[in-house]
Amino acid sequence: MTSKIKPAKGAPYARIMGVGGYRPVRVVPNEEILKRIDSSDEWIRSRSGIATRHWAGPEETVAAMSVEAAGKAIADAGIDPSQIGAVLVSTVSHFKQTPAIATEIAHRIGAGNPAAFDISAGCAGFGYGLTMAKGLVVEGSAEYVLVIGVERLSDLTDLDDRSTAFLFGDGAGAVVVGPSDEPAMGPTVWGSEGDKAETIKQTIAWDVYREETDVRFPAITQEGQAVFRWAVFEMAKIAQQALDQAGITAEDLDVFVPHQANMRIIDSMVKTLKLPESVVVARDVETTGNTSAASIPLAMERLLATGAAKSGDTALLIGFGAGLVYAATVVTLP
Amino acid sequence: MAHTQEQILEGLAEIVNEIAGIPTEEVKLDKSFTDDLDVDSLSMVEVVVAAEERFEVKIPDEDVKNLKTVGDAADYILKHQA
Repeated sequence: MTSKIKPAKGAPYARIMGVGGYRPVRVVPNEEILKRIDSSDEWIRSRSGIATRHWAGPEETVAAMSVEAAGKAIADAGIDPSQIGAVLVSTVSHFKQTPAIATEIAHRIGAGNPAAFDISAGCAGFGYGLTMAKGLVVEGSAEYVLVIGVERLSDLTDLDDRSTAFLFGDGAGAVVVGPSDEPAMGPTVWGSEGDKAETIKQTIAWDVYREETDVRFPAITQEGQAVFRWAVFEMAKIAQQALDQAGITAEDLDVFVPHQANMRIIDSMVKTLKLPESVVVARDVETTGNTSAASIPLAMERLLATGAAKSGDTALLIGFGAGLVYAATVVTLP
Repeated sequence: MAHTQEQILEGLAEIVNEIAGIPTEEVKLDKSFTDDLDVDSLSMVEVVVAAEERFEVKIPDEDVKNLKTVGDAADYILKHQA
């Protein structure tokens, strides 16, 4: 029997058309972090490479930061907001589970009535969104897709925990994915390792507060050494697979944009992957901290804005984090 | 092939030299990784992974914290090597 269902008509390929970022106004130096923990500027820099981070003020909400970043990405892509067919928002620090924050953002940017939903995939969330966006564009359910990574991790930071108080930052990064005549997004190598779910986590579940009112607000904690080993050595293998599946080698690469978790992880990954010195490596963590889902688009935006990377460059992106989850892919920069 | 304690010490010295820049002759069995050899908790993970490859041994995360001195690591490898 012949099917009567007519499929959607998608684009031959997809590409990232534009990128935008928003960093909160307030810059927080290590000195401020040191008021609450017994540590030093030197210790924080040597363990994380972080010198400053941005922390959002009351007006810089998850939605407000997203709208700013999205506006820049849409302008960079050269399309009208009304052309966007889907809005995908990755965040772990929007504190209302329903409705999804994506619908409010879609409305505020003037996108009309696109599909809109949130993604919970920690620091790999941007890569998860990017992969879904590529699928939607090629399959034909949306011509243009807005992918946003946004976090206010300062709200989930334990300022008295000397191993994480300095780590996290706030911000939003966005890209527009749209149709392309030639391949500009390679296969995604992604997955999860649920047996390591306890390695990075929110300390307390929300329903605890129903019974106990004197419990401290939750924070993100992690097992530093276990995460470091997984991130550097296991994720280097995933990154290599993304290169292999895209049909290129490290020599063909112009730019490396890993999740900005920690400078030590970035340095060790570069070493483990044996990246040639010609490859530009994103080191945005120094002045942005770890912004989870926002870190890759923010780092990408900064490399392009400063001229360290240029449109048309071939970039390897890899996100990894709580889950544990990961996503790596090779893209052409917008 | 099993390694002797002497070979393991020599290997660890080369690994610590590569990762932390400490001269190999300073890496002795009684030296503490963190206090004497400038190997912090993250560098320790790199030392462990390099040692795993070199000596064909598995050192799980929960055992890493017990390896305070070079001697602790050498004994662990000696006992657990294939």
